[in-house]
Amino acid sequence: MDFGFTVAAYAVATVLFVLSLGGLSGQESAKRAIWYGIAGMTVAVLAMLVGPGSGLWVLSLVLIAIGAVVGWQLATRVQMTQMPELVAFMHSLVGLAAVLVGFNAHLEIGRVGEVFAAEGLPFPQPEGLMSVAAYDLWLQLTNFAAIIGKKTAVEITILRIELMIGIWIGAVTFTGSIIAYGKLAGRVDSAAKKLPGGHMLNAGAAILSVVFAGLYLAYADSPGAAIFMLTMLTLLALFIGYHLIMGIGGADMPVVVSMLNSYSGWAAAAIGFSLGNELLIVVGALVGASGAILSYIMCKAMNRSFISVILGGFGGSAGPAMEVEGEQIAINADGVATALNEADSVIIVPGYGMAVAQAQQGVAELTRKLRAKGKNVRFAIHPVAGRLPGHMNVLLAEAKVPYDIVLEMEEINDDFPDTDVVIVIGSNDIVNPAAQDDPNSPIAGMPVLEVWKAKQVFVSKRGQGTGYSGIENPLFYKDNTRMFYGDAKASVDSLLPMIE
Amino acid sequence: MKVGALQEIKSGEARVALTPDSATQIQKLGHECFVQSGAGLAAGFSDELYQNAGVTVVEDAKALCEAVDIVIKVREPELDEINLLREGQTLISMFWPAQNEEMLEAAKARGATVIAMDMVPRISRAQKMDALSSMANIAGYRAVIEAGNNFGRFFTGQVTAAGKIPPARVLVVGAGVAGLAAIGTSVSLGAITMAFDVRPEVSEQIESMGAEFVFLEFEEAQDGSETGGYAAPSSPEFREKQLEKFREIAPDVDIVITTALIPGRPAPKLWTEDMVQMMKPGSVIVDLAAEKGGNCDLTVPDERLVTDNGVIVIGYTDFPSRMAAQSSTLYATNIRHMLHDLTPDKDGVVKHNMEDDVIRGATVTHEGEITFPPPPPKVKAIAAKPKEKPKELTAEEKRAQEIAAFKSQTRTQVALLAAGTAFVLAVGLVAPESFMRNFIIFVLAVFVGFQVIWKVSHSLHTPLMAVTNAISSIIIVGALLQIGSTSILITLMAALALLMAAVNIFGGFLVTRRMLAMFQKS
Repeated sequence: MDFGFTVAAYAVATVLFVLSLGGLSGQESAKRAIWYGIAGMTVAVLAMLVGPGSGLWVLSLVLIAIGAVVGWQLATRVQMTQMPELVAFMHSLVGLAAVLVGFNAHLEIGRVGEVFAAEGLPFPQPEGLMSVAAYDLWLQLTNFAAIIGKKTAVEITILRIELMIGIWIGAVTFTGSIIAYGKLAGRVDSAAKKLPGGHMLNAGAAILSVVFAGLYLAYADSPGAAIFMLTMLTLLALFIGYHLIMGIGGADMPVVVSMLNSYSGWAAAAIGFSLGNELLIVVGALVGASGAILSYIMCKAMNRSFISVILGGFGGSAGPAMEVEGEQIAINADGVATALNEADSVIIVPGYGMAVAQAQQGVAELTRKLRAKGKNVRFAIHPVAGRLPGHMNVLLAEAKVPYDIVLEMEEINDDFPDTDVVIVIGSNDIVNPAAQDDPNSPIAGMPVLEVWKAKQVFVSKRGQGTGYSGIENPLFYKDNTRMFYGDAKASVDSLLPMIE
Repeated sequence: MKVGALQEIKSGEARVALTPDSATQIQKLGHECFVQSGAGLAAGFSDELYQNAGVTVVEDAKALCEAVDIVIKVREPELDEINLLREGQTLISMFWPAQNEEMLEAAKARGATVIAMDMVPRISRAQKMDALSSMANIAGYRAVIEAGNNFGRFFTGQVTAAGKIPPARVLVVGAGVAGLAAIGTSVSLGAITMAFDVRPEVSEQIESMGAEFVFLEFEEAQDGSETGGYAAPSSPEFREKQLEKFREIAPDVDIVITTALIPGRPAPKLWTEDMVQMMKPGSVIVDLAAEKGGNCDLTVPDERLVTDNGVIVIGYTDFPSRMAAQSSTLYATNIRHMLHDLTPDKDGVVKHNMEDDVIRGATVTHEGEITFPPPPPKVKAIAAKPKEKPKELTAEEKRAQEIAAFKSQTRTQVALLAAGTAFVLAVGLVAPESFMRNFIIFVLAVFVGFQVIWKVSHSLHTPLMAVTNAISSIIIVGALLQIGSTSILITLMAALALLMAAVNIFGGFLVTRRMLAMFQKS
């Protein structure tokens, strides 16, 4: 039962995966990196198919083929604006798979126990050398059962703990991702909602989970009780996933999605521990780390702690918000077009509103026209613009906006004072000067794009009123700001013929 | 309602309160427009142009006033004009109620409502009808043009084959609307422009226009600004200091444009006779405050005079009228905005809402009462407080900061490493060796993950999520391990897991590839 070849393949796959993630440091190298990832996955799956996973390989291949068809359909049909939904949906699959594999591990332990018991041999294996009879029996076991068969009591307990962790995280990921998907796709109300009891309910469920985990270990030997405990644990985790994400508002979705991304990795790693599979551990850890870093970056961009995002909603303000003076002055397409025609440098700040209105093509066309006239047009992307880290970049790339004029907040924030015209399309909080000026604002201290320092700012917005977070935006009342009301797509399209 | 524009009767006044363009806009508010025949001629708007815009042309002032409900004009009315008004009629024009009490009484006696365009409060909402600002803007521009007309040299410096020409040096005193407009014009003509104002917070605006702020060393923090964005009179010591500074620069400047006004007072004398004596022959002084007595000692209103040492002092008071087409357009727009606010429903019915800050402030007589002066506006214009400049750090301080940052970074790193090592060792004390093997792999993988992911470009975060998502389907390995089990249940669940993971692998990688292929360099 030695699969030296498989382990070697794991090493190759691991290296390929690391290269694939590392290659994402630049747009050009990323195009190569994706093939490393695909190669890594192929190597891993093939190695499993010819090695320890060779049982029922026909069925496996058929299933993979079906999966391929479904996956292909998903990947080719999805609109780029729907990326957040797709990513959330796919996380849920990983979560559910982790739960199933975890349950299987539990069942397998029971089955191996039965096999040994039928021969009158002890299981788990006592410390020390295995008896000859036990060894003969163990030789007949295949695959995963073989790994379990030689474990001692302590190792079996650790195995059970690992599989519980895997199931628990997997279950949280599953329902959490489903809810995140629903919120992003607009099928679930995206406002933060909590059942009465709020976070106490989550805490209670978490504590109960620990209790059931203890009970599971205690009753591990009676199959009926054990499976009941494990099911209860799973149900609790499913509830936590559901309730946790229900309580988080739509604006915090970038953090939620990257957090779930992280969880799906940790779940895979935990399952890897219980299966004794190094590849799963390594890859799970890579993905987990990646998601954790993304969550951290997102939180930092909103100047909020991870805890406060998880607890949901914006924190209470420290005092009355600064009064906003002045009025919102509207402008029509003519005025905006004139200003654009006269401007030398233009910065466009897209936000979720651009994605909702599907305005990216129009924006890209506008960019092409302005650039053809020799104007310096650039995009400023705030880390949390959109509902997914990097969401805006993907949308603009889809519309064929060259990536070298799409800049990050740190790269472009100092350039606003020298800019003639800034167009804000469907973003609100990320350009809110209150974050800097008003210490009582709920978003005080959040890094924002300093668009108000430009000579002229046009805000394309559906209508008056505050954005998702309900925070008043003094930018709209500034002397150099003009409000360009209307649907973002219609507004941008109306500009196009006037740029000459 | 019917709105009609009178011809200005003051001689030399070329402006008109209604243009064909503004008439079109006013008609959109539901009003009907009238104009006295020939009223727009001096500004370049013939009766025919008005007729084309749907404006009824009326022969004389009397007939016009009889025909309309709202009379609009530019200059403050004279008695003859007031006497044409009837009860309930509205007059919108400049009025200067503080200086024109007689006219105020006359208007009250006629029972007419008067809206004074010069009394529009200076709040941001009312900027669109602030005629003083729009006229001041023109005056500032015209002052520079007038100076250029009288100045025998170029504004901009040039190096030509025929020799080097030094740029003109322009000093603008008072950086209000007119001052800033003058600064802008002068800078764009290429002159070296300096500007002075008693309100320190405007230094930022001056510098943003490309001029140099003449900085005054004065012990006490002097803030010459009053609420409402206007300047307040300054203390005698401050004035002395200021004049001293002016004397210092007077010999060097070629053109001086003074715009200093204090509301309700004669213009402060800032450019004294001895300064004029110091100036080079051919230099020009344009005094925009001439109407209020002038900032320069020698100014004679409405006159251009040349001093003994060849300095030209211009005291014209009709700069806006000298650009009648432009100023009429702006003034007519101000009037149009006022009518817009008076007709909130755009149905041609005027609602004279005395609760509205702007309308209340501008109304000086209403329903047989004098309503001047108005109560102070609820919202005051707030001039930006001067910003504290962040202290420039010296090289040593910077270095010290860097070292401190480096040290604290090292400290956190060492602490984290120590804590991590201790944790791993502690786990190693209790856990069996088989677990530790996996655990070490896990720790290393997390470490590698952190190192790699930090380098990922922000713009590729979405592809990163999609690809990690695809990679996390490595759980398929687990499913493959289990699918060969002899238990049907296990096989079934493993098959399900396998299927989902497979969907994810293909979906994840394909969509990532699709996204990455879209990123293009320009």
